[in-house]
Amino acid sequence: MESQRGSSTTLKTWSVLLFFLALKAAGNSWMAWGMKQIPERMSMDPALYMRAMLNPFVAMGIVALILALLTRMALLSLADLSYVLPVTAIGYVIAVFLGKVFLHEAVTPQRWMGTLLIFGGAVLVGTTSRNTTE
Amino acid sequence: MKWVLVAAMVSATVLSDLLQSQEMKRAGEQSVGARGLARLLQTIAQRRQLILAVGCNAVSFFTFMALVQREPLSFAVPASAASYVVETILAKFVLHERIGARRTAGALAVLAGVVLVGG
Repeated sequence: MESQRGSSTTLKTWSVLLFFLALKAAGNSWMAWGMKQIPERMSMDPALYMRAMLNPFVAMGIVALILALLTRMALLSLADLSYVLPVTAIGYVIAVFLGKVFLHEAVTPQRWMGTLLIFGGAVLVGTTSRNTTE
Repeated sequence: MKWVLVAAMVSATVLSDLLQSQEMKRAGEQSVGARGLARLLQTIAQRRQLILAVGCNAVSFFTFMALVQREPLSFAVPASAASYVVETILAKFVLHERIGARRTAGALAVLAGVVLVGG
């Protein structure tokens, strides 16, 4: 009974994690795709950002990224931050992959190496213990 | 210009995280159910530092919009990881947390990665 509950929580955690990664990846890609269609360069003028949000891809990106934020909160209620931080760091690698495949960006070996270093570093930072106030 | 945007995005993210970390410790543990979320929103509305944190998050988000307009996604997202480095430094000197060798190594790896990604 206990192990059944444990495996159900694990399954739920993995489902929420995959949902979060999918939302984040889709949100970032839609946002990048939509923003590249906006002719005016973004500056300090808030009206430019409001107009950009009328682009359907930018709007979809914003919705997906807000949902990703809420999903991450739900994930934090199921798992520790020391688990969530390293596993979600794979998002950096996914973003570069999507940039190359769907947005046709030129990704040099140096950028891949940098991304993998960031992933490894984020895993190391994320797996250190929390609540270490002196 | 790209590094100015990265610096602005990372600064806003870090400031938001620091404010949240400091203020949420004072506010106590929160839950994420429907009622918990309502209480969380109430907590945010009552604490000036948390309102400021939400404002910083918004600045970070709009800067990200400007960054992905000018630069590839394969640069913008990994570059945002620079916040790990700044947060580690500030966690030591502002929040007075103990920073071990593992976390230092991680932050240095992220820093090297960001330099490579931007090169």
